[in-house]
Amino acid sequence: MESPLLHLALVGTPNSGKTSLFNALTGSRQKVANYPGVTVERKEGAFVTPQGRQVSLVDLPGTYSLRGRSPDEEITRDFVLGRATGEVLPDLVLCVADSTNLRLTIRLLLELKSTGRPLALVLNMFDIAKRRGVTVDVAGLSQALGVPVVTSIAVRKGGTDDLLRLTDQLAAGADAAGGERANTWRPLTVPELRATQREADRIINATVSLPERPDTWTARIDSIALHPVGGLFILLAILFIMFQGVFAWAQPLMQLLSAAFDALGQLVHDQLPEGLLQSFLQNGVISGVGSVIVFLPQIIIIFLFILLLEDFGYMARAAFLMDRIMGGAGLHGRAFIPLLSSFACAIPGIMATRVIDNRRDRLTTILIAPLMTCSARIPVYTLIISAFIPPTKVLGLINLQGLVMFGLYAAGIVSALLVSFLVKFFLMRDYQPAPFMLELPDYKMPRLRSIAIGVYTRAKMFLQRAGTTIFAMMVLIWFLASFPQPPAGATEPAINYSLAAMIGQALAPLLSPVGFNWQIAVALVPGMAAREVAVAALGTVYAIEGGKEAAEQIGQVLADKWSLATALALLAWYIFAPQCASTLAVIRRETGSWRWMAVTFFYMFALAYAAAFATYHVAVAMGAG
Amino acid sequence: MSEICDTRPPLPLGLARRGYTGTIQHLAAGGTTSSLPDVELESRLIELGFVEGARVEILHEGIVGRDPIAVRVDNITVAVRRREAMAVIVA
Repeated sequence: MESPLLHLALVGTPNSGKTSLFNALTGSRQKVANYPGVTVERKEGAFVTPQGRQVSLVDLPGTYSLRGRSPDEEITRDFVLGRATGEVLPDLVLCVADSTNLRLTIRLLLELKSTGRPLALVLNMFDIAKRRGVTVDVAGLSQALGVPVVTSIAVRKGGTDDLLRLTDQLAAGADAAGGERANTWRPLTVPELRATQREADRIINATVSLPERPDTWTARIDSIALHPVGGLFILLAILFIMFQGVFAWAQPLMQLLSAAFDALGQLVHDQLPEGLLQSFLQNGVISGVGSVIVFLPQIIIIFLFILLLEDFGYMARAAFLMDRIMGGAGLHGRAFIPLLSSFACAIPGIMATRVIDNRRDRLTTILIAPLMTCSARIPVYTLIISAFIPPTKVLGLINLQGLVMFGLYAAGIVSALLVSFLVKFFLMRDYQPAPFMLELPDYKMPRLRSIAIGVYTRAKMFLQRAGTTIFAMMVLIWFLASFPQPPAGATEPAINYSLAAMIGQALAPLLSPVGFNWQIAVALVPGMAAREVAVAALGTVYAIEGGKEAAEQIGQVLADKWSLATALALLAWYIFAPQCASTLAVIRRETGSWRWMAVTFFYMFALAYAAAFATYHVAVAMGAG
Repeated sequence: MSEICDTRPPLPLGLARRGYTGTIQHLAAGGTTSSLPDVELESRLIELGFVEGARVEILHEGIVGRDPIAVRVDNITVAVRRREAMAVIVA
């Protein structure tokens, strides 16, 4: 029997464990996209109930109420009310609560009831609540609220069985969810809001018994992690470990990947006759795409750190610690999380600025997010650092290469703070700081499965990009670097006769004051598609110029062909490097204007040029030319 | 709760120091320098659990100007700036 697809939606306050429940139910069967017209992330997954019913589940953005004071919260409201464009009204709304902390969710649930949608309450993290001595009269709570209530432990196998069973019951037509009623929702006034909170507290008092002792672990960790001075040191230490990790731990895996691609290229080289096809596959496809995929371990490590800290509950603490410090530079404490995400990639970072509800705070954060060192810069940094900076130990224990890497990250952060300060000072003088109000959730053991799914989704996105955009760019670069072919009897390397050389030489006068040769100029052009492509492009350019050995030893080739001053200037350029077409596209979409996109491009280009110029000339003056 | 009220004058939470414990008397969004409109500030405070009768304790303070503050509100912890906490009258 073919039953219709059942549409479910997850609603809950931030930190209710909504996402880990979503991951537990749908596993890796997830689709991440955007809602039409806005850039709020739309997460949809699928699962099958024990009775074989197909279910589509949407994870709605976290919210405390249906008032909709940010684009995210508006989506949640519109979705539940059936006003969202192109969306199906959900058959059942699952309101997810952190069982240790029911007050705010019960209030939200009372508000949700007025929408008339069939509704159920999911008491998530029920195991943690039990361990803390919280007891819930589930039947009584269900009766008092007038909706079905189930408990769940998203992180344990079988922890969602009750929820699945309930879904089947409701789908079978049981009217347990109170059925569908008319929508009588309207924004609550302050007295109504207060009254619903009172009502929620009354219900909780009648059905839930809370232990007298709060979570002692959270209190103990916070007494160190939120210490005004000690807390900042811990934050700094975490960031430092993160960057050392990205640089040092990923190395063995990266060498393995790189060796595998070299072997593959060699295999193609041996199997195919000398000629264009051989060159295309080996130099264009394998060495080009390979040089980007090599960075997968680093991207996995940085996302692992970010997701672990988020899941542990530390991210909100970091925002707390940084609020006034960032406030000095005109930034909101909430900007910390988007900016930290920007270390992975500016695109999710810029999209994460949606949590900042003040438009000006949001705009400033968007403008500086691309200055955070995104993972796409890592390939460039890694290549140049390993070619030019010796791996000596400083003070006997710190790796100099890691230190330079840290310095580059620090330079990005400092310049971001400076830019933000200048924006606030010159463009927004009448600025009134927006409030900082944030729940600090209890610490929780990170849920490894949930994190694994998160890392997997991101790695997949990266590989898809490597397989599409980057692949296409590599083919284009190979073509530019290979045609026209050198005339018969040519003495110079083939690439010197190509289109790439012509483009590079045309740009060279513009870039020679900052110490860049035409090969770098060629590499910067496709770097517009994605920053890391520049590395692959350098690989392709030098591979075609110097043959197979050069492709395998790209770092060695650069060390031979570039001066230290040029290498340092390129590093300085890349701190600002405005060329990332997708970031610019996201800025346009998020700000809704070409103007801010253009502002971002030109200010970053100017900074990149100035920084590279200064670095090059200082380095030359110090004898590194 | 009432004996505390008798012995201590009401005070905006924004002026209290780390370690302070008390009970929320009422919300007074009108008197703050917050950039939010009064109704919006009051709504947000209620949504985070700042309602009359809730027990509050200041657990932590930031490094710059002892701001923001981490406040225990009944059984959750909320970070707010002192500027907004001025709307919460405690005793």
